[in-house]
Amino acid sequence: MLERSPLRSLPDQVLKWGLSALAAGVLILIGYFFVRLIGQSSSAFSHIGVLDFFFRNNWDVSQLQQGAACTNGGHCTFGAWALLMGTIITSAIALVIGVPVAVATALYLTELCPRRARGPLSGLVDLLAAVPSVVYGLWGVFVLIPHLKGFQQSFANTFSFIPFVGGTVAGPSYFIAGLILAIMILPIVSAIAREVISTVPSEHKEAALALGATRWEMIRIAVLPYSRPGITGGAMLGLGRAIGETIAVVLVIGNSPTLGHSIFQQGYTLAAVIANEFGEAASTPLHSSALFAAGLVLFVLTLLVNIIARRFVIRGVRGKATSGEGLLVEIETEPGAAPA
Amino acid sequence: MTVLPEVSPRRRRTDKIMRGTLAAGTVLALIPLVLVIYYLIKKGIGAWSGDFFTTDPNGNFLGYPGGIKSAILGTIEIVAFATLISVPLGIGVALYLTEYGKQSKFANLVRYFVDVMTGVPSIVFGLFVYIVLVLGHVGGSGFAGWKGGIALALLMLPIVIRSSEVVLLLVPASLREAALALGAPRWRVITRIVLPTSLTGLVTGVLLSIARGAGETAPLLFTAFGAQVATANLGNQMNALPLQIFSDITSPRNEVVTRAWGAALTLVLMILILNVVARAVARRSRMA
Repeated sequence: MLERSPLRSLPDQVLKWGLSALAAGVLILIGYFFVRLIGQSSSAFSHIGVLDFFFRNNWDVSQLQQGAACTNGGHCTFGAWALLMGTIITSAIALVIGVPVAVATALYLTELCPRRARGPLSGLVDLLAAVPSVVYGLWGVFVLIPHLKGFQQSFANTFSFIPFVGGTVAGPSYFIAGLILAIMILPIVSAIAREVISTVPSEHKEAALALGATRWEMIRIAVLPYSRPGITGGAMLGLGRAIGETIAVVLVIGNSPTLGHSIFQQGYTLAAVIANEFGEAASTPLHSSALFAAGLVLFVLTLLVNIIARRFVIRGVRGKATSGEGLLVEIETEPGAAPA
Repeated sequence: MTVLPEVSPRRRRTDKIMRGTLAAGTVLALIPLVLVIYYLIKKGIGAWSGDFFTTDPNGNFLGYPGGIKSAILGTIEIVAFATLISVPLGIGVALYLTEYGKQSKFANLVRYFVDVMTGVPSIVFGLFVYIVLVLGHVGGSGFAGWKGGIALALLMLPIVIRSSEVVLLLVPASLREAALALGAPRWRVITRIVLPTSLTGLVTGVLLSIARGAGETAPLLFTAFGAQVATANLGNQMNALPLQIFSDITSPRNEVVTRAWGAALTLVLMILILNVVARAVARRSRMA
């Protein structure tokens, strides 16, 4: 008889069910998370109204302190339109600046750079991810804002015909926040792009070269079309990061709950408002509930972006199971840091 | 013999320009890194002194504003607590995924949600812990260092799970099968074969997750809250390096802003060391 006695197989059963329970715990945790966040923000949504919360531009804490939170013509002063737009504007700036640079870096590192420089250079790009967001904020406040002000002003004056560009330049602004976010999403977008580009079959590249393509033409006709879905997914993961980034943004965006007329004016984002007003909100339930509502919107927004991004990334490496595995790790851990 | 036609000057020029653009993009990407490190050293090193590391911030309006002792100790304590929670749980879930769940529907569901969890902004984890533990008055009312630790642990958990899963998958199936064929029960296979074989890889993942957690400010804001005095009691409000930097930035006093730079240099150095050690461990395991 090879069967183990029930007593001897007990530890096995315990371990199996224990670990399964642990895994189930992760799912329960996320579910619980969601429920509690909805529970805390429901009072804000019912007082303010869901549509008013999203589309009314009247986030005004000063009225609240005079005890006039909801009497103002029947509208509560927590319409988060300006914050929502701030999040969208800063993330858009981050993508416009960050993604082309990240893709250029990835293309250079995988296709053009001398083999021996590849490792160290990739390591340096990945180091950008190791700098904490509060340090980027510190740097933004004391280096970027004062040094870029003159440049921004002359840019705004010269190109004032472009929508959302002209006017006076405030120190802290959407643009500075977007620029810092671009730096912060650069390593992850670049790491994913690198990973995706390295899955391009060498037959495709060699075929292009054999047909007489130059290096750049090879990149354009063989590398980019093949890796486009993956790069899109990487950019969307970067978008998720940019939407949720708090500390660096709260330090450089000016925290003014109005919708600026140009990208060089002060603004606010959903994440920044939570970090900035959390302390004062503790005494007024409606205010803190509105902040939880902002957190809930942030949560749902990043979830959606991540789910879509993952679709793209996985489609981008379809049929290459092994590198797909490595790719996902690359996304989870900090870029380039996947243990091999 | 046919001669291939020359590449036209226009195509050659485009090629050159585009190659140059890509290289320039890489240089552009590295400029912020160089600038951040340059300013950190330039402005931070001046703040460093013996007192800087051995005194707590004192909150005085005049004179020496105090050092960052409580912030360094707080960061170490909170992160250690977070590691104690996230590592066993994370490796446990990863073991479930590789040893039991494999490609089952449930395991894939867990994998999917762990992935999704990595995209959740850190401030949302802070809000969650605030709602459940601080507003819920769990384990004493108000803010506490251990609550900050939990928020960081939630943040680190998906990183530990994903990196551990990959490392555990690298353990050759033949090793497991050999042990099973010799009659070893599953749990001994895990504790005697799977875990020791993948130890260095697990350590790398854990170190990287610690490096990630140590730099986070947002989750600590509503949980550990910050304090001036160093404390070894995780039940008290606690200071941490990111919190200290965050509150110092908005100060009108130059001495306090200088302290922020000094603290930032300290924090970045700690994180860099963790990264370097993690990479060294990973390299050693690859050679073995």
